[in-house]
Parts: sequence; C-alpha cells; structure tokens
Amino acid sequence: MVPLSCDALGVRAINHELRALPAGGAARVVQPRGRHNLAVGIAAPVSITVAGNAGYFLGGLSGAADGSGPDIVVEGFVGWSVGENLMGGSIRVCGSASQSAGSSARGGRIVIEGDASLRAGISLKGATLAIAGNAGAMSGFMAQAGLILIGGNAGHGLGDSLYEAVIYVAGSIASLGADAEVQEMTDEDLLAVKELVQEAGFDHVDPTRVTKVGSARQLYHFSTHNHGAY
Amino acid sequence: MCGIVGLLLRDRALEPHLGSMLVSMLQALDERGPDSSGIALYSDDQPVRSRTPGGPGRVLLSLGSDSAVDWGQVCAVLCARPGAEVDCQAFGAGVVLSVPDDWEAETRAVLTAGWPEIRVLAAGRRVRVLKDTGRPTETCTRYGVADWEGYMGVAHTRMATESAVTVLHSHPFVPSRDLCVVHNGSFSNYATIRRRLMAAGVEFDSDNDSEVAARYLARRLAAGDDLDEAIRWVMKEMDGFFTLVISTADELSIVRDAFACKPAVVAVADGYVAVASEYRALAELPGIATATVFEPQPEEVYTWFR
Repeated sequence: MVPLSCDALGVRAINHELRALPAGGAARVVQPRGRHNLAVGIAAPVSITVAGNAGYFLGGLSGAADGSGPDIVVEGFVGWSVGENLMGGSIRVCGSASQSAGSSARGGRIVIEGDASLRAGISLKGATLAIAGNAGAMSGFMAQAGLILIGGNAGHGLGDSLYEAVIYVAGSIASLGADAEVQEMTDEDLLAVKELVQEAGFDHVDPTRVTKVGSARQLYHFSTHNHGAY
Repeated sequence: MCGIVGLLLRDRALEPHLGSMLVSMLQALDERGPDSSGIALYSDDQPVRSRTPGGPGRVLLSLGSDSAVDWGQVCAVLCARPGAEVDCQAFGAGVVLSVPDDWEAETRAVLTAGWPEIRVLAAGRRVRVLKDTGRPTETCTRYGVADWEGYMGVAHTRMATESAVTVLHSHPFVPSRDLCVVHNGSFSNYATIRRRLMAAGVEFDSDNDSEVAARYLARRLAAGDDLDEAIRWVMKEMDGFFTLVISTADELSIVRDAFACKPAVVAVADGYVAVASEYRALAELPGIATATVFEPQPEEVYTWFR
C-alpha cells in the first residue's frame, strides 16, 4: 500500500503516481481535504482508497472500454460529478455525493452509501449507479443507457427525457419528469436489482418492492406537437 | 464561476480568529474568483455611540474608488471641518470613516462635491467593507486580513462574466445599513428590474447584475418585509442562477435558485456556522470533522442568528 499525501504532492503528482501503479497495486491517498480531480483517468485495475472527503470529479474518466478499471473507495463524501465519464472499475463513496453523481458514465459501478444530490445519473451512458439513500431532483435526466438504483426516495422530475436507462426506486418518488413512466417489473429487472443490491450491500432494499421507471418513448425525436411536454 | 463565503461566530472565544478563519476559506476559493474580491467584516469593536452621552449614534462609512485617490487628503479635509467628530482609518484599498449619524448626510455631500470618483461601499453600525482587484489570496496578505477580529465575515472571490473587473463592480454589495449581499451566478432580467428601481429613485454604483438583486432586497426590507420574505421576493422577481449569501448585523442567510445550478455547502459546528461554495473552503476550519455538513436545498431559505 503506497501512501500518497495530497498536502505534500498536490493533485497532479498524486494522479501521476496512481497511474504508475502496476496492475493489482494499491495506494492510499491521505489529506484529500475536498480537493478536486483526485484519481482521475486511472485505467489499470488497481485499488485506491481516499482517506477523507474529496471534491469534484473523483475517479472521473477512469477504467477501460472493456469495463475493467480501478476500484476506488472514498472514506468520506464527494463533491460534484463523482465518476464522470467512468468507463470501468468501481467507485464506492462511504458518505454522500453532491450533484451529478455518475454523469455520462459509460461503464463500471458507482455506489453511494449516503444520499446523492440533484441530477444524479444525468446523461448516464451505460454505467451502474447505486444510491443507498435519497436522490435529489432531476435525477436520471436524459440518461441514455445503464441502471440507477435509489435505495431511498427520489426527488422531483425523476427520469426527465429518459432514453434507455432504467431507474429502480425503493422509496417514494416526488414526481416523474417528462416522458418518464412507471413500468412493470419483469423477471429480468428483478434479477438485475437482486444482483446489484447484493453487490452494493444494500440490505435495506427489498428487490421485490422497488418501482421501475423507464422511458415512455414519446419524446425521442423533436416534434413541435410535443411543445407542451418539454 | 465565483466563490462565496460566510462565517458567523457564535462563540466569543473565536472572535479573535475570525480573520484567520476567513483567510483559510478565501484561499481555498482563490481559483474560483481570481479577478477581484471583497470582504465584509462585522464587529462590535466600533464606535457606535456618541462620545457625548445622550448624543447621536455613529455610522461607519467604508469608502472606495475605481480611480487613484489621495485618501490622506480626504481624511484631512473631513476631519478639519468645524466641530467634526470624524475618525478616519485606512482599510483595504480605501478608508473607513466613523461619523455621528447627524454628520452622515453632510459627509456624503462633501465627498460627492470634492471627490465624485469616491463611492460609499458600505454604511452601517457594525459592518466595514474592503474590495480590491487581483488575486484574493494576495488581497488578504496585502491588508492583513488574518489579523481581523469580529463576529461575522462575508466574502466573495469574483470571476467576472457580466460586467467589468473593478473595485466598484466587486462584491459584497451593501445596499442599506449593515445589509450585505454576495452572489455566485448570473441574473438574466436584471436590466428590467434595475430600470424599475431607478424609476423609483434607487441609485446604483455599478452596472453589475448582483447589485440589482442587492438593491431590490434592500427595497423590500425597507418596505417592511422581514429577511425571509424579502429573499422570497428576489426568487420570485429575479430570473437567473444564483447562490446568494445575505447578512444583516445579526443574521446570516443562504439561498439557491430552483435548479441549484451554483454550488453551496454549509457547516454547522460548535461555535460557528460557515457557508461556502465548496467544501474545500471549510476543510481547514476548527472542529470541521465533527460539524454537521450539508448542501442547502433549492429555493429554501436558511437563516442563522447570532
């Protein structure tokens, strides 16, 4: 385990060190103090622990196109856009996440043990985002592919302008966004939620009692007839 | 971008450390607003009463300008007026005057006549304001902000998008006594609101969009709204993206627009409440590890009292 001090090295040097780790290597990033861009662009399957609270874009752009990548654990909370454009690997946040968690992430898995703020999973493109607690308003906005699990309650405008991503909610939904609808759970859905609940360790979520939200597919293409719905 | 900071101390033992706490917060937000910065300092350590018992109260006037001013000469002229009970101290790039209430109008008239380039950045019983262009960290060092004592500070680091980078365009805006406003974001209908306010006789120091929100707020308060109501009027009337931090002599408020497009984090700790654009700004505060840290919800007004 390589200890890396943010105070001593700064973010750029820390990320260089993390990229230099051999596959299977491990590092512990200490004194993060809310710094942005930690563990960004890490392609290799390495283990990274961030000992404290991190800032924006934690773990962003990490992983490879085949879905492999680093396993990152944050022992605290994270700022905006954790795992933005993640390609593979995993990120686990032991605290809460600020806005836009998992935005545009293509692959890999992001687990938030606390709450996620507004616009969680915005423009998701294939990754899996699991939130143990509540998700803020406008979560899943324009999400194209992938899976979002909300273990608590969802805020207003859930899944607005959703494409083919699927959202499962264990708690209540304040309101659905335009073109989002509650859909019937299939056996496939149940299996996917069961697996994710187990992987994420969300003991409080009963996979048989989640609500599925998907796209009603009425707003895929712009039409002036839909003006009132946008 | 811009960075905003508010720090309300509720433990008197922390008051000698207000400046150093503020500097740690501003340093962390330096890159969010490298153009210019401003800090409002609230303290009790000010001559608010008359030197003669039963006499009028005193008001602090923070002066600044976008042009070079011979502040020594300004102070000399003001203090030389017959019967003047004027104190004049260098503060930031300008000066702070302490004058009896019944001298305020005359002092302002003398300033306007003699130095039209000077503006009163702030007036109040408790507040004094520093504004300057350049990196906020350098401004803090130049004026020894770390040594300041007081019970509340509200500050702003500016990355200008809407209007020019000058002293007078910098936040905080203090549109009425002890009322201070800093803003991260942009308003889109500010020109309309400003025209309305100007038609009603409100004067402006700059063409800054945030100043419009500040003066609108002051107008609502003057009409009898409490702070919460006045802030709700700003949300209703002013269109745009914002996190606003607003303070009076004994209150600190924060509010975000409906989409929460601009960041904000709050820490409620033993002895203080701190608000900032990012957690980084709170990370060095004493006792932050055990503080309650949360993000303000959109369109909810949070207010803490001294």
